[in-house]
Amino acid sequence: MAIAEEIRPTTDALLKTTAPKRPANMGQIIRWGLLFLGGILMIMPIVYMISTSLKWPHEIYNLKLIPDEPTIENYTFVLQDGRFFWWFLNSIVIAVITTLCNVLFDSLVGYTLCKFRFPGRYIIFIAILSTLMIPTEMLVIPWYLMSQQFGWLDTYWGIMFPGLMTAFGTFLMKQFFETVPNDFIEAARIDGLNELQIWWTVAMPLVKPALAALAIFVFLGNWTAFIWPLIVTNSVEMYTLPVGLSSFGDEADVAWELIMTGAAISTIPTLIVFLIFQRFIIRGVVMAGLKG
Amino acid sequence: MADLALRDLVKTYDKTEVLHGINLDVHDGEFVVFVGPSGCGKSTTLRLIAGLEEVSSGTIEIGGTVVNNMEPKHRDIAMVFQNYAIYPHMTVRKNIGFGLRSSSAPKIQKEARIDEVAQLLGMTDLLNRKPDQLSGGQRQRVAIGRAMVRDPAVFLFDEPLSNLDAQLRTQMRLEIKKLHQRVGSTIIFVTHDQVEAMTMADRIVIMKDGYIQQVGTPSEVYHTPANTFVAQFIGAPAMNMIPGEITNNGSIQLETGGLIDAGLAARSGQKITLGVRPEDLSEHAPASFLEGSIAVREPLGHETLIYVNTSVGEFVAKADGRHPPDVGATVRLGALQENLHIFDAETGSTLA
Repeated sequence: MAIAEEIRPTTDALLKTTAPKRPANMGQIIRWGLLFLGGILMIMPIVYMISTSLKWPHEIYNLKLIPDEPTIENYTFVLQDGRFFWWFLNSIVIAVITTLCNVLFDSLVGYTLCKFRFPGRYIIFIAILSTLMIPTEMLVIPWYLMSQQFGWLDTYWGIMFPGLMTAFGTFLMKQFFETVPNDFIEAARIDGLNELQIWWTVAMPLVKPALAALAIFVFLGNWTAFIWPLIVTNSVEMYTLPVGLSSFGDEADVAWELIMTGAAISTIPTLIVFLIFQRFIIRGVVMAGLKG
Repeated sequence: MADLALRDLVKTYDKTEVLHGINLDVHDGEFVVFVGPSGCGKSTTLRLIAGLEEVSSGTIEIGGTVVNNMEPKHRDIAMVFQNYAIYPHMTVRKNIGFGLRSSSAPKIQKEARIDEVAQLLGMTDLLNRKPDQLSGGQRQRVAIGRAMVRDPAVFLFDEPLSNLDAQLRTQMRLEIKKLHQRVGSTIIFVTHDQVEAMTMADRIVIMKDGYIQQVGTPSEVYHTPANTFVAQFIGAPAMNMIPGEITNNGSIQLETGGLIDAGLAARSGQKITLGVRPEDLSEHAPASFLEGSIAVREPLGHETLIYVNTSVGEFVAKADGRHPPDVGATVRLGALQENLHIFDAETGSTLA
């Protein structure tokens, strides 16, 4: 026993011991190289966006990363342009409302399909999923005709209505609700809560990581949406940011420096949304790991 | 607290009947344990009482009221689940107080009730913790606290100890029993562990394949089992079963060669199964009816289990813990007449 303890290192000793450094082998070098290349590919457009936003118009076709004469004139111009403020506001309103609606409706439908047994449940789920197979381009014409009939053209409602609930979000939430044990729901039922209270008080807090992921997907999707807002809006005041930015300049001369400046500013809300919700996603992943 | 009555309770899933007319009366303040192997219908019965499943036919009465069509929340019951079902996003205080959400009592009264329950369960210091900061036993106590806080007519426990380790299970078993003695509530407790059933119950309900096999006190089901299933399910190691036949003069001729005077002349020619508990088999009995060699010994400290190979199979007996017979030794075993259980070989029902 004494000998065994002598030769067996304690946990503390094991923790303190640093693993001996081994020279990297060729496989590792290739892996690191590919990751580095991937990283460069991902970050270059952002770097060029910021670089271009700091250039004067005569310099924008110069591929240098650091401008010869850096300027913040483009930022001043864009921020002082009244249109940009409206586009920004439109995008915020649309993205926030659509995100909230998705979190609410997708989770309600997902929860219902997951936790209730009723005739036709499976058919409804398949019907919702099958809409994923229809490309947006095909839906644009019926959406437009609908909007025209209902008088929704050039309105917030017209821009938002196709995305207030998504098949992907419903599917995502249904799959996450599958991980909520039925005992939780039954216990709440016995404790006197109605079904809506159970969904809100018990089930929703348990799928926060999924809600966070859904919120990020929906917010980004709506923040960057281009085709449908372009089609459904007519007045400059109703443009969203991507539509508005594309209108900088004219057919003969595109003002890339202004577009890039607007794009750089428009990344700020997406960064904020990601920073707010990412901790829920990471916590979800960690929890899933610990449970097993 | 209240009486509970099950009358001709039937449950079918699609076309499969899983409970076949259960009849049972549980008295006010009684601790009743449903026990049986997996798939026997004990949890289904509990879920029917809770209102989590719909009754196919028959009635459930709580406190004299038929509750078949009542929502779970209106049945005045509380349930403790196998995996605790305490909400991970809420503190212990919120978990315990969860059952009071729908109550119209003033907040101050609710808080006082939570404190009272926490004190009763020894959890006052843990009220602000989240479930992931609690041990298995503490989580189980929170689940019990959540059930207790509403002071329901009937407590339902669905295998609440099966996720705990052996030591903690023994401890919680004792705590639940003490709690019952203190609060005196009507408790229905489901388990597949016969030791839990024996140690906790006022009465045990033994189930198999959707039928009640026997209802009785722990002593009754152990000493006078109604059939071979109960005889073998209750008690560890299980009761030995020796095939035999009643002779013309009323004795039992065992296939092991032993002959026992049973005074059952009226049943001459009937095939029977003789049941003997391992602790009742002894080398010092007046007459032996089993002979064989010891194949395996299992020392348990205070006693040793010996597995005896005979011409008709293997039987188990309990021997002295200090001086057990050697492996390979031949032993002759018998039992006192009063410790023999005679069952009909065909139906398995007890004859004497």
